[in-house]
Amino acid sequence: MTEDLLVKIKENVIQGRKTKDDMGIDESLSGTPGVLELTESAISDSVSPDSIIIEALTPGMEIVGEKYSKKEYFIPDMLASADAVGAAMDVLKPLLEKSNVETKGKFVIATVKGDIHDIGKNIVAILLKGAGYQVIDIGTDASEDKIVDVIRQENPEYLGLSALLTTTMKEMDTIIKALKENKLRDKVKVLIGGAAVSDEYAREIGADAFCADGFEAIKVLEKCQAA
Amino acid sequence: MPREGILIEKPLERLSCEQVQQIHDASIEILNNLGLLCFNKNAAKIYQGSGAAVSKVSGSNIPCWHIKIPEKLVTAALDSAPCTVTLGARNPDNALVMRGDEPRVYFITGSETNTWLDVDFPTYVSKADPKKEIKIPEFKPRRGTVADLCDSAHVCEHLETVDGYIRTVNIQDKDINEDNKDVNKYFACLNNTTKHVMSGLTNLKQLDDVVKMAEIIAGGRDNLKNNPLISFITCLVKSPLQFVDDTTETFMEVCKRGLPIVVSSSPQAGTSAPIKEAGILAQINAEVLAGITLGQLVNKGTPVLYGTVPVRARMDTLGDSYGSVETSQYNIDCAQMARFYSLPNYSTSGVCDVKIPGQQSSIERLFSDILVTLSGPQFLHCAFGLLDCNSVFCLLQAVLDNAHFKMIKFFLKSPGINEQELETVKKQIRDVVATPQKMFINYIRPVMRTGEISPPYPFEGEGDSDSVFALANGHLQELLAKPVEHIDRATTAKIYREIPGLLPRLNVYKGG
Amino acid sequence: MSSNIIELIRENVIQGRVTKDDEGIEEGMAGQPGVTELVEEALASGADVSEVISKGLTASMEVVGQKFETGEYFIPDMLASAEAVGAAMEILKPHLQKSGIKPKGKILIATVKGDIHDIGKNIVIILLRGAGYQVKDIGNNIEAKDIVKAVREEKPDYLGLSALLTSTMVSMEDTIQALEESGLRDKVKIIIGGAPVSEEYAREIGADGYGADGFHAVSVIEALNDSE
Repeated sequence: MTEDLLVKIKENVIQGRKTKDDMGIDESLSGTPGVLELTESAISDSVSPDSIIIEALTPGMEIVGEKYSKKEYFIPDMLASADAVGAAMDVLKPLLEKSNVETKGKFVIATVKGDIHDIGKNIVAILLKGAGYQVIDIGTDASEDKIVDVIRQENPEYLGLSALLTTTMKEMDTIIKALKENKLRDKVKVLIGGAAVSDEYAREIGADAFCADGFEAIKVLEKCQAA
Repeated sequence: MPREGILIEKPLERLSCEQVQQIHDASIEILNNLGLLCFNKNAAKIYQGSGAAVSKVSGSNIPCWHIKIPEKLVTAALDSAPCTVTLGARNPDNALVMRGDEPRVYFITGSETNTWLDVDFPTYVSKADPKKEIKIPEFKPRRGTVADLCDSAHVCEHLETVDGYIRTVNIQDKDINEDNKDVNKYFACLNNTTKHVMSGLTNLKQLDDVVKMAEIIAGGRDNLKNNPLISFITCLVKSPLQFVDDTTETFMEVCKRGLPIVVSSSPQAGTSAPIKEAGILAQINAEVLAGITLGQLVNKGTPVLYGTVPVRARMDTLGDSYGSVETSQYNIDCAQMARFYSLPNYSTSGVCDVKIPGQQSSIERLFSDILVTLSGPQFLHCAFGLLDCNSVFCLLQAVLDNAHFKMIKFFLKSPGINEQELETVKKQIRDVVATPQKMFINYIRPVMRTGEISPPYPFEGEGDSDSVFALANGHLQELLAKPVEHIDRATTAKIYREIPGLLPRLNVYKGG
Repeated sequence: MSSNIIELIRENVIQGRVTKDDEGIEEGMAGQPGVTELVEEALASGADVSEVISKGLTASMEVVGQKFETGEYFIPDMLASAEAVGAAMEILKPHLQKSGIKPKGKILIATVKGDIHDIGKNIVIILLRGAGYQVKDIGNNIEAKDIVKAVREEKPDYLGLSALLTSTMVSMEDTIQALEESGLRDKVKIIIGGAPVSEEYAREIGADGYGADGFHAVSVIEALNDSE
């Protein structure tokens, strides 16, 4: 029974079905429970959160990643799966804390002051959640003061800053300076992204990394974890 | 079910209705007052017998007649030439139904080239960074062979945007001569593609053998009539305004047999036709109408295509400049003239002046491929794989061409906007706007795999690399390795028994 | 007087005006005498034939060639000038021997059997005449035996063969074989041209040269001329 549920969760992660209303790739699944419902059933059946993550969510996402690199899957598929895993992780979070399972880390993400473009940031947030990170999204047009406050309160391992415009990218520099002034710069790794910025710009303003897209962000984080 | 082609709902037209009528009137006047020179005795006789003013030209070293064609003969021919021409295929699902009054375009390969371009990808090491290796294509021209023709037909069978096949290579093997060329040419094509096959004829003596071969494949004479899996093209008019002896003879013989044929004229604006648009149009239209009239006089109702291959002269050598902008203008105008007569149009696009694949070839061919397609000619000979004014064929180029025709085809799909569709999207917009992330991504998924979203350019490189040629070559090798459906064993045996001159090495069943 | 008329000839060659009815590049020239009228006038006034050729015709064709090289002139301009020089040479021909000038050579030219495309051939003829050669056109769709006959009768220095079609280029080989069989192959240099043929094909069938276009044909013949 437990086995069966875990197999179904994994299958629905691969299909990218968060809830029973979602369409997957296999049309015959329509109407059947999605990852969220299945995770809830598993919890009420007392399946351990560890095994849900290790045996269903993570291997499911790995298969999705493989399909993506083989061009069988496209980004909307990847996002749907990541979204389903992220939703399951939200449900599992309180239990994980209870059972002392370490999460991969906390990630604060924001689009900087003056910029209201958030599609890129939202995609990154979904992907990171799907990869098992705890993501706190401060939204768009976030000032340096607000960001400093959140860092101080949440104490995250990572800060992701996004900007689409050449006119707003300089805010990233301002934010990093504000973190330094508040002696928070060493407590958090800063990743920047967005159409206007580059590897070179990241070095120039003293960010820890530039990520060309959401996948690269995950790779950078995995490297930080390993280090 | 025949192939679908691509319907151009609003064809691109350059001429006003008045201008179309003016061109028609000018052509009729040319035919009636100026007339044509005819170097073929039988054609002169036929014209004379049907009321045209025919007189022998004195002082010519070869027999020559002057023919003035009255308007009523042209009008009668335009009435009797069928509006719909079916080009059959070995696989009936590949048949092409061309209606002169419907701008539905079929993409067809073409032109017999002497030179076959092989491609190799030697590796070069960067001077600046010895770790960096680059593969740069090297093109090696050589003479085409019958084996090349088989490969070309084989690959075109698998290229999805190729609707029909005109032989692309002149077979120049040592054991090919004037007496066995046509049968081997047609057999090599027919055996390696199940699509329609069109070719010119080298030697009229082989016409009956070629037709007989087609009858065997089609399953008898009547079946070939209903499913004419072969057709012919003849350039019977030499510009300006001359009926050539041998091609006119071939043309009349094909017409007698009732098989589809292209009446083609290929004037060069600047040398064999006036350089100005009005001039070349009035002349090419007169030339094609004269040919169509002859065909209808030979065999009333025989299927013909209004074939136009106008081109502008280069100003530096007076060679053909197919890559010139005017060449596209002339072709677009001719498609409009053919539609005025409700006759299917054989048109040309994609011919480029450059000798190897590359940026110039892409620019020259795409320009005319897009524009001439938009004008809605039914039979678009679009120079798949051809380079150097159609004198070189390169399979790699054919694979590249297929990719851009896929994009053109996708672009020309109808917009599909209706009440129901609008209701659905209004709901989508409402729903998404209500979510915090405001993204429509989830709605992509249901349509992503149904063909409703255009695929990316298939030869896109990774990162900043341009690997188009290498990727296209990889695809080409896959296509060459993918089998094709040959003519079956029993039919092949019958063809070899009854048709003389076929090379044993073209028989895929030998030894078995 | 004489230097003045040679200057006028030179000017009109550069303008590409064969007769007084032709338009040149500059406007307003129509109606004034063209190259043929001016050459007639020069002869009548007793001008030196060799000077007419060297200063009036050859030197000005060089100017036209340079203008073509620099992209100022296009091939239709070049052809008009070559035609004017060809027409002038035709007028001067009877006077050449008297003046002790050796003509450049005689060329027979034909489109081979099965082929009726003659635009390329006609262009080559104009350019060769403009370069001072005596050119005899035997026409289109000419059988090998008729070409042999013409070579025997006309005794040309060069034979030019043209074909446009992949299906007719083989007639060139037949023609060369027929010349060999008649023992005439060594008496004439053969140059081939036309869209489907190539340098390689020329070698293969044993022709002496291949001309990719009219200019190339002229330079190939000049080279063969010099090598003698």
